[in-house]
Amino acid sequence: MSNELDYLSRRVAAGKLSRRDFLGRAAALGVTATFANSLLSSAVRAAGPVKGGTLKAGLQGGESTNSLDPATFLSQVPFAFGKCWGETLVELAPGGGVEYLIAEEIGSSKDAKTWTMKIRKGVQFHNGKEVTPDDVVATLKRHSDEKSKSGALGVLKSIDTVKADGGNVVVTLKDPNADLPYLMADYHLIIQPNGGNDKPDAGIGTGPYKVTVNQPGVKHGGERFANYWQADKYGHADQVEIIVVNDPTARMAALQGGQVNMINRVEPKIVDLVKRLPGVKIRAASGRGFYPFNMFCDTAPFDNNDLRMALKLAMDREEMLTKILRGYGEVGNDMPVNKAYPLFAGDFEQRKFDPEKAAAHYKKSGHSGSILLRTSDVAFPGAVDAAQLYQQSCAKAGIKIEIKREPGDGYWTEVWNKQPFSLSYWGGRPTQDQMYSTAYLSTADWNDTRFKRPDFDKMVLAARGELDEAKRKKIYRDMGEIMRDEGGLIVPFFNQFVDATGKGVEGWVDNPAQELSNGHALIECWLQA
Amino acid sequence: MSSPILRLVAQRILLGLVLLFAVSVLIFAGTQILPGDVAQAILGQSATPEALANLREQLGLNDPAWLRYMHWLWGILHGDFGTAQSSGLDIASSIGTRLKNTLFLAACAAIVAVPLAVVLGLIAVRYRNGFVDKLISGLALASTSFPEFFIGYVLIFVFAVHWQIFPSISTVDDSTPFLERLQAVVLPATALTLVVLAHMMRMTRAAILNVMQSAYIETAELKGLKPFDIIRKHAFPNAIAPVVNVVMLNLAYLIVGVVVVEVIFVYPGMGQYLVDHVAKRDVPVVQAVGLIFAAVYITLNIIADIAAIVANPRLRHPK
Repeated sequence: MSNELDYLSRRVAAGKLSRRDFLGRAAALGVTATFANSLLSSAVRAAGPVKGGTLKAGLQGGESTNSLDPATFLSQVPFAFGKCWGETLVELAPGGGVEYLIAEEIGSSKDAKTWTMKIRKGVQFHNGKEVTPDDVVATLKRHSDEKSKSGALGVLKSIDTVKADGGNVVVTLKDPNADLPYLMADYHLIIQPNGGNDKPDAGIGTGPYKVTVNQPGVKHGGERFANYWQADKYGHADQVEIIVVNDPTARMAALQGGQVNMINRVEPKIVDLVKRLPGVKIRAASGRGFYPFNMFCDTAPFDNNDLRMALKLAMDREEMLTKILRGYGEVGNDMPVNKAYPLFAGDFEQRKFDPEKAAAHYKKSGHSGSILLRTSDVAFPGAVDAAQLYQQSCAKAGIKIEIKREPGDGYWTEVWNKQPFSLSYWGGRPTQDQMYSTAYLSTADWNDTRFKRPDFDKMVLAARGELDEAKRKKIYRDMGEIMRDEGGLIVPFFNQFVDATGKGVEGWVDNPAQELSNGHALIECWLQA
Repeated sequence: MSSPILRLVAQRILLGLVLLFAVSVLIFAGTQILPGDVAQAILGQSATPEALANLREQLGLNDPAWLRYMHWLWGILHGDFGTAQSSGLDIASSIGTRLKNTLFLAACAAIVAVPLAVVLGLIAVRYRNGFVDKLISGLALASTSFPEFFIGYVLIFVFAVHWQIFPSISTVDDSTPFLERLQAVVLPATALTLVVLAHMMRMTRAAILNVMQSAYIETAELKGLKPFDIIRKHAFPNAIAPVVNVVMLNLAYLIVGVVVVEVIFVYPGMGQYLVDHVAKRDVPVVQAVGLIFAAVYITLNIIADIAAIVANPRLRHPK
């Protein structure tokens, strides 16, 4: 029986038998529909991608103020469209590590200060020109120039010189950094002809799709680039299209109505309903994004570690996870990194809700009166509810929290990183070093917990220059402990990226780096008839 | 047409222009009062003092406000709204497409809503206080009372998800053929129609009922005219001024107030464009869109005034 099913499923994958007929035959053989379907999808994957068709995505996060200049990318739509038409030197591979694209290999000197990147030959831009090391040098220089206002500027600050050397690009750093390959995967760093200096928003890259439609805030489209260098891996549909749908209900309706094949940002509260829809698949990938409660470690009353510890112990993480994210996430441990990061030590003790201990620490801190917590809808979906839940769990420990709901407009300029106790979100970074450097170094602009510890700064720098992975891992473990026990950060949970695909979308790969399979969904998926 | 009407009409138009001018001053002043400096907003937190000074010079921010206002006004009179700070695109050309979309949607909604509202109003008067009147009023009021996003979602659920006869996403662009465009706006136009219907219908009904109390209607009844003829020939022409007024107000709403419907149906109109740029503090765009919206309101109100003047028999036939 199973031989026959196997044979039939391969026939379906080859397009010689319809899906409906297959399911009918399977039922006749006494197999449940679920099992038949799973059999079918594994056969489909084994048979390889199907070329053709138009793959459409309805995405949140596009504005009429968007531009095709990769330096300006900020929201989800330019990010996802950028992955269609452009490529970076390397990408973050789904299982950790890097996937080599325009760079064929990357090697470093022993002190992790000089890095040599071998540029792949035969990769063509959409204008027919071949990528040269000079294009790569110009791109990196443009993004490290203050004037470009590039979103990758912070990442590139550590670069001292960039030079072409035959078929290679040589980068020297001001300080040792073992993470350079990961930095090159930043989504702003799309390699453009002459670095995009001539026309930054021309939309010419080396990606599998050429830009055909560019209406910011409305629609973007591309058609398959005939000379793409790894056509067997990416770019299966003939055309791709991104429609900007900022309203969550409209996005869901578009997926159900078949107007789009995939959507991003499915709201956790409707995931269980969506799952039951025929043909719709939920694609949830645990990521590096988290929703912190930030305390300023240098501002009273939060300059007292007993008070900070009391507030951490008064957080009921499990309850938060089930009520705010409906379980689509994982509990946090008061540090900004989790197991989705490379070199993360998995043996931390999980902090739990403990009202008695919290009360003891609170008493020891000597604080009295209520503590003001600022929140807003824009901090993260459900941030106001989260603050109220926290208020209740704190009450159990005898700590009084007063909630102030701030207007969304101006929250990021007036409240976050300005007020001593507020809710926020972080999207996460590809490496632990980047996460810590962005927000937990004494000198960081975005040090939103005012965590200023010279010894911690030294550990960050030491880990950054350490090429021995075991030693690095040990330093990161110690840093995590310090963060958890002395930092100004309460992390109830890390969120998952929850996307959904419609009928016939195959080839999806879960990737913790970013939503929509790190933006690759449109180029790696295909439409199965 | 005689001179008093012409004079009144000319007066209205002139007044409208003065009003538009005053609004332009208000818009300009309003955006000047906003906290923060435009140059700072463009360059962001990493701005150096020299870069700030250069940009201020380049944007002419060192000139006095009245001079900048004159430059701005002069540009607009020549069709030059400047460039958007956020994307660097020419505002006039980006607004052009969006305005066309907005007007198309508003026109589609109006073509259905206005005649429907007036006819329903007439029918309601004919059967006033009876079952038909109550049914019409009840349904119209109910559809208006629902928030527009709710109506939108219900329409999407029934027509786009359940029956799949109309698209839930109404994205259109310049290359969309007319028929497809029409199909795309069916659902948003229906939602808008339901939202504005009751206001116009109730106003038509009230205005005509008001006239129905007059002595000459009684005369018409006594001489044996059919009820519908009385309403059509004698009552409606005399009730037209308030009806036109409320119709124009609703038309203005269809153009300037539909951002929610645009978002739900993903329709690329003016509302979403304005909201995006307000969020980015893109002052030139906000000024331009504000001025266009003001012009729409003022123009439609002038039309309503003129219609009222022309519809007034005392002015049409002076003694």
